[in-house]
Amino acid sequence: MMDMLQQFIQGVFGPAWPVVWNLLKIVAVVAPLLLGVAYLTYFERKVIAYMHVRIGPNRVGPLGLIQPIADGLKLLLKEIIVPSGADKWVYLIAPGLAIAPALAAWAVVPFADGLGVANIDASLLYIMAIASMGVYGIILAGWASNSKYAFLGAMRSAAQMVSYEISMGFALVTVLMVSNSLNLTEIVRAQDHGIFAGMGLTFLSWNWLPLLPMFIVYLVSGVAETNRAPFDVVEGESEIVAGHMVEYSGMAFALFFLAEYANMILIAALTSLLFLGGWLSPVGFLPDGFFWLAAKMSFVLFLFLWFRATFPRYRFDQIMRLGWKVFIPVSLVWFTVVGVWMMSPLNIWK
Amino acid sequence: MLENYFPILLFILVGIAIGVLPIVLGWLIAPNRPDAEKLSPYECGFEAFEDARMKFDVRYYLIAILFILFDLEIAFLFPWATIFKEIVNTEAVKWFGFAEMMVFIAILVVGYIYAWVKGALEWE
Repeated sequence: MMDMLQQFIQGVFGPAWPVVWNLLKIVAVVAPLLLGVAYLTYFERKVIAYMHVRIGPNRVGPLGLIQPIADGLKLLLKEIIVPSGADKWVYLIAPGLAIAPALAAWAVVPFADGLGVANIDASLLYIMAIASMGVYGIILAGWASNSKYAFLGAMRSAAQMVSYEISMGFALVTVLMVSNSLNLTEIVRAQDHGIFAGMGLTFLSWNWLPLLPMFIVYLVSGVAETNRAPFDVVEGESEIVAGHMVEYSGMAFALFFLAEYANMILIAALTSLLFLGGWLSPVGFLPDGFFWLAAKMSFVLFLFLWFRATFPRYRFDQIMRLGWKVFIPVSLVWFTVVGVWMMSPLNIWK
Repeated sequence: MLENYFPILLFILVGIAIGVLPIVLGWLIAPNRPDAEKLSPYECGFEAFEDARMKFDVRYYLIAILFILFDLEIAFLFPWATIFKEIVNTEAVKWFGFAEMMVFIAILVVGYIYAWVKGALEWE
């Protein structure tokens, strides 16, 4: 019955079928992602509110659950202002350049063993490449706005993002050394065996424990890379009033917002896949599955919000010092340690 | 092989569409009543007194140059790291493959220390 139905549908679309099928898969990823972004903003406001002993949004719908939808509708009905001195086309293209890479990176993220839009061998390389594109949207936005705050924000953002990309790159290289593959699915599979996994304690065999310094470097760099607090001098309200986004309004602003949160979820997904065992279950007797990945991503996202509620903002020179003078030496040392470890008879990644 | 990349191309196109459609939609639905005050760049209520595309600190250039150097090093590390397990498990090239990369890293570290001592990483 199902086969007949499938053949019938394929017959209707004819040669266009692969396109339609892939588009369906993409929609199945992008639609929940955008919904996740909307509710991450709600979650953020609620979590931070409770940490501040407030209630947070509670007017629109029960518990304020419709709040993100209302925010989106409001932004849709707001005028898109193009400032008089701005470079109009660059100004309008910049939000698209920010959101397109933030979404396109999801093409290679596996959600469970063999479940993803595309399973290519160079997936980590693809993510590295496409995630670096995000900085263009921000620089062009700051440049095109012809506003001093936007310009300063863009300069800071560019310097900060490229600085932390280096330590992130070293963390990725170390993960590659122990996983023997650039394929994200293979990297997760490489984490389900080891001494502890043999005892049923799989969560101690995941990369986070032997690569603990790299895990921390990657997580903190991820916070800096997405311009989140405490590294949010790029858009600090009290000094450069939203930085590169200061002149944007309406849907153009909404796109920057979407891009920032989509990037946060992406970093959470990558941290879970590279260091926290992806969809693997933490103990031997429970089954693996997507819900483990979802739980790990939610945990990392909660950390993002927790950081924002807890830490005061760093100064820009402190951010640069942390990136260049702390993280790069730490990651170089641990890279060498892992290399020597794998050469020695104590190698645990056979 | 290459058809594996087709969904990715499609995904990038969908991403671009999601970047373009909301702006078109906002432009169609939202009001559009510009005036001189509204369109002036934000500068805490003051008149903007010069073009915002001004001279900026040379340290941003320095960071960009250092970034290119280090990012290239990482690009060179990628292929080596991907097959490092095979290097370790092949007795013939084991020590050679390891020492080669350590020499490379040592040169990188010398350059890094030089940049540090010269003050290129300072941000005062």
